[in-house]
Amino acid sequence: MQSPPTSLSQTHVTLAEGLRLPTNGLDYAILAIYFVVVLGIGFAARRSVKTSLDFFLSGRSLPAWVTGLAFVAANLGATEILGMAATGAQYGVAVVHWYWIGAIPAMVFLGLVMMPFYYRSKVRSVPEFLLQRFDKSAHLLSSALFAFAAVLIAGVNLYALAIVVEALLGWPQWVAIVVAGFFVLAYITIGGLSSAIYNEVLQFFVILAALIPICVIGMKKVGGWDGMTGSIEKQHGDNFMTAWGGTGIGDPNPLGANWLTIILGLGFVLSFGYWTTNFAEVQRALSAKNLSAAKRTPLIAAFPKMFIVFLVMIPGLVAAVLVPKIGTAGSDLTYNDAIPYLMQELLPNGVLGIAVTGLLAAFMAGMAANVSSFNTVFTYDIWAKYVVKDREDGYYLKFGRLITAIGVLASIGTAFIASSFENIMSYLQTLFSFFNVPMFVVFIIGMFWKRASMKSGMWGLIAGTTAAMVNYFWIYKQGVIDIPSDQGANFVSAIVGFVAGAVVMVAVTLFTAPKPEAELAGLVYGTVSPGAEEGDGVEAGDDAWYRRPALLGWGAIVLAAACYVPYSF
Amino acid sequence: MSDLQKEVSELERKSATAARLFDIRRIIGGLFVVYGVIVTVAGLTASDADLKKAEDININLWTGLGMLALGLFFLGWLWLRPAVAAEPEPGEEPSDPRSSNAGGARR
Repeated sequence: MQSPPTSLSQTHVTLAEGLRLPTNGLDYAILAIYFVVVLGIGFAARRSVKTSLDFFLSGRSLPAWVTGLAFVAANLGATEILGMAATGAQYGVAVVHWYWIGAIPAMVFLGLVMMPFYYRSKVRSVPEFLLQRFDKSAHLLSSALFAFAAVLIAGVNLYALAIVVEALLGWPQWVAIVVAGFFVLAYITIGGLSSAIYNEVLQFFVILAALIPICVIGMKKVGGWDGMTGSIEKQHGDNFMTAWGGTGIGDPNPLGANWLTIILGLGFVLSFGYWTTNFAEVQRALSAKNLSAAKRTPLIAAFPKMFIVFLVMIPGLVAAVLVPKIGTAGSDLTYNDAIPYLMQELLPNGVLGIAVTGLLAAFMAGMAANVSSFNTVFTYDIWAKYVVKDREDGYYLKFGRLITAIGVLASIGTAFIASSFENIMSYLQTLFSFFNVPMFVVFIIGMFWKRASMKSGMWGLIAGTTAAMVNYFWIYKQGVIDIPSDQGANFVSAIVGFVAGAVVMVAVTLFTAPKPEAELAGLVYGTVSPGAEEGDGVEAGDDAWYRRPALLGWGAIVLAAACYVPYSF
Repeated sequence: MSDLQKEVSELERKSATAARLFDIRRIIGGLFVVYGVIVTVAGLTASDADLKKAEDININLWTGLGMLALGLFFLGWLWLRPAVAAEPEPGEEPSDPRSSNAGGARR
């Protein structure tokens, strides 16, 4: 899934005509090599898959740097890259909020505070934690919604890929959908999560190799940072190049949000909901080899995440300078065209092939993250718990491979539906984005309040989702209260959903039975997980200073805060 | 221990990922060396049109060298700190966990 924020506006990548890239044989050779390596990783990982745990969670045995980079890469899908560059072109430096306040604190919180509960309890998915902590109703609700949303988003991702590939390379849409779908199907069905994660790590480096040259040439073209700032401030005003300019409460700004809704809505509710409870992310940490590595997964991820914003913001800003009318009626180009436009204008063959490869790799990785989390939830949480129970492990491994194939085929179907009914798809996506809102409140109350009752989980989820929807579709859309933009309304809806979920959980708890204390061991703050010490699998060298979670986590927070300084005054 | 913990611990014991999964550093290193060479050569033979397009930066050359360096870094890391290949008896940790694998999987 993609980050919470852009989910409303940028899911549908529509590209302008005339963005066809001047690719040649060299570029295609680079792309072909990548596809071969992707499949090779799948086949090479096959021999490591012996149990269902190998297939779905890499046997909980990967090193932290691998899971950490996969954690970033799973989020660094192409819709994210193109969408964030678009946000940069549209709103300017304010895009940094999605990274420094909208990601880093939540990632650190996941690593330092929540990971011990997740990892020690040995849950294999996020919904499975809800089953342990609350009851079957909360579990089934979140499992079913997650599985459905994952397929939907994988399909939308595939459709976005088809549009981009058609515009850039001239392939018909159906060819792109089938080819990319086939590769994802093959490497995940064969190699399981290990294959998905390894490909994500590879994709991470290729996408860096694609974006850095664009930024370097782009900066030179617009006369460096100072030259760019000068041109942009002339066109868009001074606030465009600052993070917080114009975000006072009641001040108008293009984002349609003030500092309070940015901090609470984006930085707290949306970001924590996405980074700490979205299984497509958390799964990467759960596949780490011991508790220390699991804690370090999101912390290691935080450092590249912090600086990736420059690689998407700079192309966005450069495009805004070169095409002053971008995104308006005066130009053919939409905001989403920022990166493809610069690829076309600036990159010679060779690096162009790397950039095309990076973009396609990012699309496939974004889809694969959804597929590899979907199959896990569907197998462990739905099939094995409610449909065919208590079979031997080999059965679930086989079923996992089958459902992976079915999931990919369903996404391919979704992509074709999306190409004819685009409005329905974006409506469905908006709808699903509201189910993520209350996840964090349910988790945080569940993890820190022993008394929170079994039934409160499900009611918290329902109440939070409903409240967020009512706020968005009725209070905002019908104009009961004036909120300047979809983005701003999204932030406010998140806050409303969070508060409603919390209130309902407390109220329901007062009237229903708590979970027996013995069953809460290791799931709630202040309880000890049975077998915690031996189960942590401490390795020699884990106490080195650069592997200390607290240092990494607080280091990331301080660095993110420091990043704000040059853009705040 | 809860039933879930018992079940997952049992699966962890039977898991083959740790013993059999290859080391990703080899793939990253290999791919980036290959890409680095290809793109560097494209830089060495760059036409004037290529240079002009990229604002007179020989971007292929620099990107190629950068990718080559990254590829060699991963291969060097793998060479200096190889993952332990030997498979110990089931359930046992290797005697020297320090050498256990920067890039490979556990055990």
